[in-house]
Amino acid sequence: MAVTLSERAAKHVANYLQKRGKGFGLRLGVRTSGCSGMAYKLEFVDDVQSEDVIFESHGIKVVVDPKSVPYLDGTELDYAREGLNEGFKFNNPNVKDQCGCGESFTV
Amino acid sequence: MALFQIAEPGESAAPHEHKLAIGIDLGTTNSLVATVRSGLPIVLSDEQGRPLLPSVVRYLKDGACETGYAAQAHQASDPKNTVVSVKRFMGRGIKDIAHVEAMPYDFVDAPGMLKIKTCAGVKSPVEVSADILRTLRERAESALGGELVGAVITVPAYFDDAQRQATKDAAKLAGLNVLRLLNEPTAAAIAYGLDNAAEGIYAVYDLGGGTFDISILKLTKGVFEVLSTGGDSALGGDDFDHRIFCWMLEQARPQPLSPQDARLLMTKAREAKEFLSTRNEAPIDARLASGESIDLTLPVETFASITQTLISKTLQSVKKALRDAGLKAEDIKGVVMVGGATRMPQVQRAVGEFFKQEPLTNLDPDKVVALGAATQANLLVGNHTGDDDWLLLDVIPLSLGLETMGGLVEKVIPRNSTIPVARAQEFTTFKDGQTAMAIHVVQGERELVDDCRSLARFELRGIPPMVAGAARIRVTFQVDADGLLAASAREQTTGVEAAISVKPSYGLSDDEVAGMLKDSMTHAKDDAVRRALKEAQVEAQRMIEATRAALESDSHLLAADEIVKIEAAIEKLQLTMLGDNRRHINLAMDDLGFVTQTFAQRRMDQNIKRALAGRTVEELQQEAGE
Repeated sequence: MAVTLSERAAKHVANYLQKRGKGFGLRLGVRTSGCSGMAYKLEFVDDVQSEDVIFESHGIKVVVDPKSVPYLDGTELDYAREGLNEGFKFNNPNVKDQCGCGESFTV
Repeated sequence: MALFQIAEPGESAAPHEHKLAIGIDLGTTNSLVATVRSGLPIVLSDEQGRPLLPSVVRYLKDGACETGYAAQAHQASDPKNTVVSVKRFMGRGIKDIAHVEAMPYDFVDAPGMLKIKTCAGVKSPVEVSADILRTLRERAESALGGELVGAVITVPAYFDDAQRQATKDAAKLAGLNVLRLLNEPTAAAIAYGLDNAAEGIYAVYDLGGGTFDISILKLTKGVFEVLSTGGDSALGGDDFDHRIFCWMLEQARPQPLSPQDARLLMTKAREAKEFLSTRNEAPIDARLASGESIDLTLPVETFASITQTLISKTLQSVKKALRDAGLKAEDIKGVVMVGGATRMPQVQRAVGEFFKQEPLTNLDPDKVVALGAATQANLLVGNHTGDDDWLLLDVIPLSLGLETMGGLVEKVIPRNSTIPVARAQEFTTFKDGQTAMAIHVVQGERELVDDCRSLARFELRGIPPMVAGAARIRVTFQVDADGLLAASAREQTTGVEAAISVKPSYGLSDDEVAGMLKDSMTHAKDDAVRRALKEAQVEAQRMIEATRAALESDSHLLAADEIVKIEAAIEKLQLTMLGDNRRHINLAMDDLGFVTQTFAQRRMDQNIKRALAGRTVEELQQEAGE
């Protein structure tokens, strides 16, 4: 069971955390909403909850709440550039179907 | 697959609900667009990775325009249609502009704001600025992958009401939702304030391409307060170029210059200025249209001495702003340098000597303003960036008042009042039985109306007849967070209120803006027509080629007079498609279609015969069954 970051993604996260000046790590999660049922959460972490599952990848602490773990297990977060746009990309093996833009999905 | 940005804890956006906001630094020489990505403000570059967009728009004969570097490349070769430094013309008449004679444009002195005659029609500065803003909007939309919620656009602190209104109109025309106009030095303070978060009083020295601003800011516990502002809305890096330009003419004494030559020498002057930021002397060589050549060397000391007066002019404004804030140079904790022109070593030196300290230059002076604007925009759309819930206080740059008897100005809101602000003052009638009162709103520091800028006029009618001095008329001025003014008047005893419409006389009325929007829609129609014509032409060409190919291979199916007819129809179509009448092209295509109808049938018959020749019915049935 693991949720990981690609090396490129980890470098960007480290940079953002440093510029932000605080933060324990990166929180990945899912919640129910969106046109295809589920939506991702990608946030900085200031407070870790006692039930949170914590992974470490390329020196970055990745925090996932226990309910999200089954939906995210095996996910690798990558950093990608598409034209002028750039940002983080979820490579999630659990996804069966997603909406056209990929912002929400079903498992 | 969507690309995600990191949000603050608990602030993840719902799918399809990203609040994309941008900050735009609409500069005289260069413009930039920035946004906040994963909590970090960054400037968005174009496809070639260039962060700056030269504020240059070139109009083409077919009504289209190009912006930025593409337009700048034609500055020297097409000066009349290539508009540079348009920000200087925003909300301005011809008499307000310095060095009109050195500019290559065909100005039209329209009421209110001047316009420029180009080969694509007469353009107002608002339209030209809108073309720049549109380019930035498109860049931001492709970089952020979605529609923008809104934008913060920066303006010099010295901009008056008319210039602010013109800027807002331009943004509207470019399809941007303006969240707020923000003073440039305040934006710079936000960029520095967030990164450095040091308390104290700061001076922001902003020498851009065409404007100089000095602001005295107080930073306490993340709260920015602008204590005073000052500057000169017609002094900037361009003037340094102009000094070099004049020096070149004095040294080389060429024949009278053509517009192209003037533009070429201005470009050379700018290059020399930039060169001198890092070196001790700049070579200048140029070949003029007349064949004359200019070959000079500009030493940095000479450059410093010919621009000495410009720098002292900025320091005069600095002294005045300090006086307004009740401060001395020693009270300033740090000096923030903004604007590309602050890269000039003599500017940094002079500012350093004045404040007796090294000015801050750790952020890129070209980007500071855009970064601050992006931070503010991000906050205004409700994307919190941590616990910096700071409040922003801004001030109005010039006093607002109204005309009283004898052409005098009564100030209602003094300059440097923090905004938003509302102030009321009571006035009375001048004559017995006076039933109406004309209210003339002016902006400026002078005592006589003639020396101030007229912003609006409106009338309060229906005052009950009374003896002079008995009526009590309360005039309220309200300035919103963008620094824009609304005024109202009310007679206190009867409650009569003036139906007012305050429009800065240099700005554009809603009708005019609506007219421009309509124009752009009319253009959309023109574009559609043009597209249909292009399509008809392509179709005609395709048809001609197909017919020619058929004639080549199968002319034996036609009688001689039939061939003549077809060739005549081809010729006619070829002629018509060169024109711009789509209907005629379609008719000629129909004609060609008509005369080739029997030809087409015969070819079809021939091909079927060929296909069937020598085959049995069984074979064909088998084929059909497959």
